[in-house]
Amino acid sequence: MLDTSDSYVTEDGRTIGGVVMEMKNITLRFGGVVAIKDISFDIREGEIRAIIGPNGAGKSSMLNVISGFYNPQEGDVYYKGALRPPMKPYQVAQQGIARTFQNIALFEGMTVLDNIMTGRLNHMKAGLFAQAIWKGKAEAEEVANREVVEKIIDFLEIQSIRKTPVGRLPYGLKKRVELARALAAEPSILLLDEPMAGMNVEEKEDMSRFILDVNDEFGTTIALIEHDMGVVMDLSDRVVVMDYGKKIGDGTPDEVRSNQAVIDAYLGVSHD
Amino acid sequence: MSQLSQATQGLASVPALLNRNVAQFGDKPAYREKEFGIWQSWTWAQTADEIEALALGFLEMGVAEGDFIAIIGRNRPYFYWTMVAAQSVGAVPVPVYQDSAAEEMAYVLGHCGAKYVVAEDQEQVDKVIDVQDQLSDFDQMVYLDPRGMRKYDHGKLHQFSKLQEQGRAAKSKHAAELKARSEKLTYDSTCVMLYTSGTTGKPKGVVLSNRNIIESAKNACEFDKLGPDEEILAYLPMAWVGDFIFSIGQAYWSGFCTNCPESADTMMTDLREIGPTYYFAPPRVFENQLTNVMIRMEDAGRFKRWLFKRYMEHAKKVGGKILDGESVGAMDRLQYAIGNAMVYGPLKDTLGFGRVRVGYTAGEAIGPEIFEFYRSLGINLKQLYGQTEASVFITLQPDGEVRADTVGVPAPDVEIKIDDKGEIFYRSPGVFVEYYKNADSTASTKDTEGWVATGDAGFFEEKTGHLRIIDRAKDVGQMADGAMFAPKYVENKLKFYPDILEAVLFGNGKDRCVAFINIDLTAVGNWAERNNIAYASYQELAGHPRVLDTIQQHVETVNKSVAEDPMLSGCQIHRFLVLHKELDADDGEMTRTRKVRRVIVADKFNDLVTALYDGSSEVSTTTEVTYEDGRKGSISATLQLRDAAVVPTAVQKVAAE
Repeated sequence: MLDTSDSYVTEDGRTIGGVVMEMKNITLRFGGVVAIKDISFDIREGEIRAIIGPNGAGKSSMLNVISGFYNPQEGDVYYKGALRPPMKPYQVAQQGIARTFQNIALFEGMTVLDNIMTGRLNHMKAGLFAQAIWKGKAEAEEVANREVVEKIIDFLEIQSIRKTPVGRLPYGLKKRVELARALAAEPSILLLDEPMAGMNVEEKEDMSRFILDVNDEFGTTIALIEHDMGVVMDLSDRVVVMDYGKKIGDGTPDEVRSNQAVIDAYLGVSHD
Repeated sequence: MSQLSQATQGLASVPALLNRNVAQFGDKPAYREKEFGIWQSWTWAQTADEIEALALGFLEMGVAEGDFIAIIGRNRPYFYWTMVAAQSVGAVPVPVYQDSAAEEMAYVLGHCGAKYVVAEDQEQVDKVIDVQDQLSDFDQMVYLDPRGMRKYDHGKLHQFSKLQEQGRAAKSKHAAELKARSEKLTYDSTCVMLYTSGTTGKPKGVVLSNRNIIESAKNACEFDKLGPDEEILAYLPMAWVGDFIFSIGQAYWSGFCTNCPESADTMMTDLREIGPTYYFAPPRVFENQLTNVMIRMEDAGRFKRWLFKRYMEHAKKVGGKILDGESVGAMDRLQYAIGNAMVYGPLKDTLGFGRVRVGYTAGEAIGPEIFEFYRSLGINLKQLYGQTEASVFITLQPDGEVRADTVGVPAPDVEIKIDDKGEIFYRSPGVFVEYYKNADSTASTKDTEGWVATGDAGFFEEKTGHLRIIDRAKDVGQMADGAMFAPKYVENKLKFYPDILEAVLFGNGKDRCVAFINIDLTAVGNWAERNNIAYASYQELAGHPRVLDTIQQHVETVNKSVAEDPMLSGCQIHRFLVLHKELDADDGEMTRTRKVRRVIVADKFNDLVTALYDGSSEVSTTTEVTYEDGRKGSISATLQLRDAAVVPTAVQKVAAE
């Protein structure tokens, strides 16, 4: 179903496949407020796709449309070549789309390990009763899921906080745990909402490294929202630029950087 | 030497010991490593299989006898196997400190002419690739962790597991050659080459033979009656001789199990899970653990604090005596048993020392109070004195004869003499073969009869026959008035305070002594939190007037204690400052084993030393710092210089007039 005829190989040797998700003429309104106006763009398999724009541009709304949290009044979402009907977020998650949140949404009282295990929810089939007595299938299932989670813990280098309650962790590590939980779902598309907001330079470098490694090692398609221009330009293959709910640019980092509309939006010109 | 071979039943190399262990303890675990949250283990038989596969892989790769194979990584079973695999094909393993910057690595790899490198991950591979232009002999590299490595050019790069697969596939081709090469190994073949960290100058490559390692390991195992059921945690740098002796020498001689932590950060958790029976740590680790215990006790409820205090006092009174087997009253014993159930036992368990039968510390002097604390809990912590050049053991404390201020009696087969200047010399089967490509240094360290100069000054206590170390012989100097200057003696007294991490004393050839002090961020940070002192950075905390007040009190107390010794009373600290940065190995101020490089510190902070002597009350300075990845930056600060009260010593004045 996936059209891979126009796949290509990037300079650093990664293969970018065909379009895996396509947004067509999306318009999203909250009462009289138009958050997103007639936006179309696509995400290719295996790429790192960034959505940037000034505050209130509609970036997070766009991510929420992709994750099924909002259903747009107009426009269509195509996933793996097929039109996606309006869905609940959990249904979208079952399709293999995982996300992190701008303002960290972890279970503060639970350990890092338990938090990440919740990311395996869609991979657990045993019923409530079976899990309660924890015999046979339920046990085997948990062991298998724990193995996946431990590999992620190893990958993100958070072994030393495995048993620490999330509430006791510093901000940068919480962000990493959130990424771990999203990865635990073994998503085909990973949505990151400002993964580096509020981090210091060192934490940003670490996070960038992890994002690149996830993309490289697991071949996960990544769509991210980010404010730090340096990070965006370094990480992403293609960038969508939004301003006041409209798309004002789309292309490689270099193309976007030289786009006059983008420069205006960022440096500010009078809107007359 | 046939006699010696007999003593070790003809086992003249580490691969030979491996074969014996497979025959004797085939199904017992030889290695454990925590990975993916679980302790993975390998029996001796499996270990031998892994090592053979790797050795065959080395042959397939073209490793020749006498080639050097550098190993760069943290303690993992795979790297211990690499060392033994290298030995079995007749090559020489050279473990390298994995936290070295690329330039330091370039020196070591270039000096030994390493043809092959076995590195842990992308980070280490990148460092070697960065400097490979300077390495004319370097040929091929093996890496363990494939993460991020897919896009590298694999012409001269191999993945560890793939190399083992290739080795297994080529078994029929190389098996005979492998057997021939390992059987050729004798007591005189090189076992390992280790680079000393060097407090002065460039690192030197210490060549240790199979005789050195096996004899030393055997003697030390017999001294402490170590058997095949010991458990150790391997967490100290692999490039350090101690780790080689404990995790290879003694582990292979006795056939005990080496456990590797999951990562450097999880060491304390892993320690608790394993509960080693034989344990080594430098004093710093014991200090940190004690500091943590004390900090956490402050947070405990009132009843627990009372219980802890009460029973620790009792332990202080009788714990050490019980451990030494001295006679202690029945009531005291009963109380100690209750304390053991309520306090000591759980505490030891939390620290991971619940099963420690033999514990050692060395490298630096340990604070008597810290030492007594652990011993009073019933942990058999002892001291040893050793050097890379001696294959570690020079002196050891026998059970029941343990004291904080001595380092014990000569280890088995070790002869010691002290020359008229007080310098310690030793001769033993563990004495190194040579410094690689450095005949001059070899000759100046080891004489023709095999006596090695330690560079340390010390003496034997007449009553007990135990050795006491005073200081590094070259650091001992004279003050302007002829009084003895022994910096380490004073620095150690300062470092025994939990809030002082490091101290450097100056005064050689001067009329009075001054000192640099590094605060301990954990201890002082905690203190600041309790006293509502806000700080934004290490630098700010280090310069806080109340911190300076506390340090000043410590300095003045130390001065009083130093003044009690008429020989050393000239070493009292007249002025001091608290440094704005921690002394760091990345900046060359310390060795990788965290010993202060006195000369470099004096040179780098020359402006500060001058200011301490010229009487100014503050000084502004800018210091260059090196980050872990080799980038450079600088920090500037204005430091307060403080005067400390000194005790006038009448004797000295008379002498000076």
